[in-house]
Amino acid sequence: MGMLPKNLFKKPNNPLETYDKYNKSASPDIPSEMCVSCPNCHAVLLSSDLDEACHVCPKCGHHFRINARQRISMIADDGSFEEMDASMRSRNMIDFPNYDKKLKHAYLESSSRDAVVCGTAKIGGFPCALFVMEPYFMMGSMGTVVGEKITRLIEYATEHSLPVVGYTVSGGARMQEGILSLMQMAKTSGAVKRHSDAGLLYVVVLTDPTTGGVTASFAMDGDVTLAEPNALIGFAGPRVIEQTIRQKLPSGFQRAEFLYEKGFVDAVVPRGQQKAYLTTLLSLHTKEAL
Amino acid sequence: MDAFDRVIAARAKGRPTGMSFISNIFTDFLEMHGDRRFGDDKAVVAGIARLKEMPVTVIALERGGDTKEKIFRNFGMAHPEGYRKALRQMKLAEKFGRPVICFVDTSGAYCGIGAEERGQGQAIAENLMEMMTLKVPVISVFIGEGGSGGALGLAVADEVWMLENAVYSVISPEGCASILWKDSSKVREAANCLKLTAQDLFSLGVIERILEEPDGNNFETIYETLKTELYAKITENQKLPVQELLDRRYNRFRKIGVVK
Repeated sequence: MGMLPKNLFKKPNNPLETYDKYNKSASPDIPSEMCVSCPNCHAVLLSSDLDEACHVCPKCGHHFRINARQRISMIADDGSFEEMDASMRSRNMIDFPNYDKKLKHAYLESSSRDAVVCGTAKIGGFPCALFVMEPYFMMGSMGTVVGEKITRLIEYATEHSLPVVGYTVSGGARMQEGILSLMQMAKTSGAVKRHSDAGLLYVVVLTDPTTGGVTASFAMDGDVTLAEPNALIGFAGPRVIEQTIRQKLPSGFQRAEFLYEKGFVDAVVPRGQQKAYLTTLLSLHTKEAL
Repeated sequence: MDAFDRVIAARAKGRPTGMSFISNIFTDFLEMHGDRRFGDDKAVVAGIARLKEMPVTVIALERGGDTKEKIFRNFGMAHPEGYRKALRQMKLAEKFGRPVICFVDTSGAYCGIGAEERGQGQAIAENLMEMMTLKVPVISVFIGEGGSGGALGLAVADEVWMLENAVYSVISPEGCASILWKDSSKVREAANCLKLTAQDLFSLGVIERILEEPDGNNFETIYETLKTELYAKITENQKLPVQELLDRRYNRFRKIGVVK
């Protein structure tokens, strides 16, 4: 018997694992802003390649989280997006501790006024009303501004006979606005119902993560519900469920593919194919198509 | 009483639950079971009854009295099939022109594997949409705890009333405290921050009416008041043209959180 190395069963250090996902350089030779390591497969990717690949890892298909503006530029035809209610800002209506500070921080982090960007756009030449939630603003949480902007957009679409396309990403209702944020669930769903009763199309694309009060309202009100691969989608967050039932959740639970299997998602569409998919879908719902 | 005292009162053992309200306010109650899709959720009691002479549809979130019944009722935490059972009964109410009365008392919609598999979020979302355009009068009465989306799933109504010690919140004080201060013992502070008492919600324009509670659990006067007041409000709303009723319901929510 030869000598066994002392650390035979110890997992060797993988230097990439300790790197900050987005900011740290993966190689000392390349400046940090030029490359990124994939949090899923740890492949080192050039930022420029990632940009071209719609921020999807070319090695493993991991969908990187992107902000609302990036998404709009991927989906809307060049120069077609006209933003609505861009300056609407949240106020601390119930004097919740530290909420003002949180809002300021969220603004600095996301350069966005709140957690959704709304406007009109063309997708593959087809006009629509488009909302895209902003994950970097308080994790896309829904307060009164999110509820109000989405409601206004849907009402505008109803008035102008436009389809609505919405991208969701959210931790749920915004606790800091108390009951007022809960009421936005009813408000947005009511607007969707009126839009639907007018015979108009509403398409939702669920992205990672979509949970809580957003899942229990306008995210699940669509005529067509799409999801990005591996997106976490649920009512209760996985940690809350684990604490409630005191057992570990099966792998893949609450992922896009799981919801697809259970019958709650029409199709799982990778980011790079979404624009083409939406274009076809919108074309099938034009009046001329009938 | 501060906000957390109300939370304790709302959850208190011995406080009358949904079934007591049904049996004391209505006559001829016939319970209807099942959602025709998956099963029968015991946390939701639904059926047809008479309010004075008027046939109505009654739906209650029932948390159960003693331990055995609490378990049977899953502590009033509904699964998706509970919300779908409720919606099915509401649609029947619409078909037969019956007003709908909901009693809300739940710590929230159930969090679990089955609930997620069967689309808890989708079930609540569908109720919010459908209730908004239900062509009959709808009134929801909060009798104990109103936990977040699980409560709202039965509270898209023409008016929402609350008992004095009932609460209605986007998150439980425990959940709020553990997120905010990473300390679930700071529930009292959290309850205050959330503005979850009937008085707070009335001031915020979220509810229309507060029903005073007598000392102890003698709810006789409340049942009597509810019998009279529900009847009066429903008769009043039945006189409205349907579109007017639906516009009012829509605007009731539309005005909450209007931002310039």
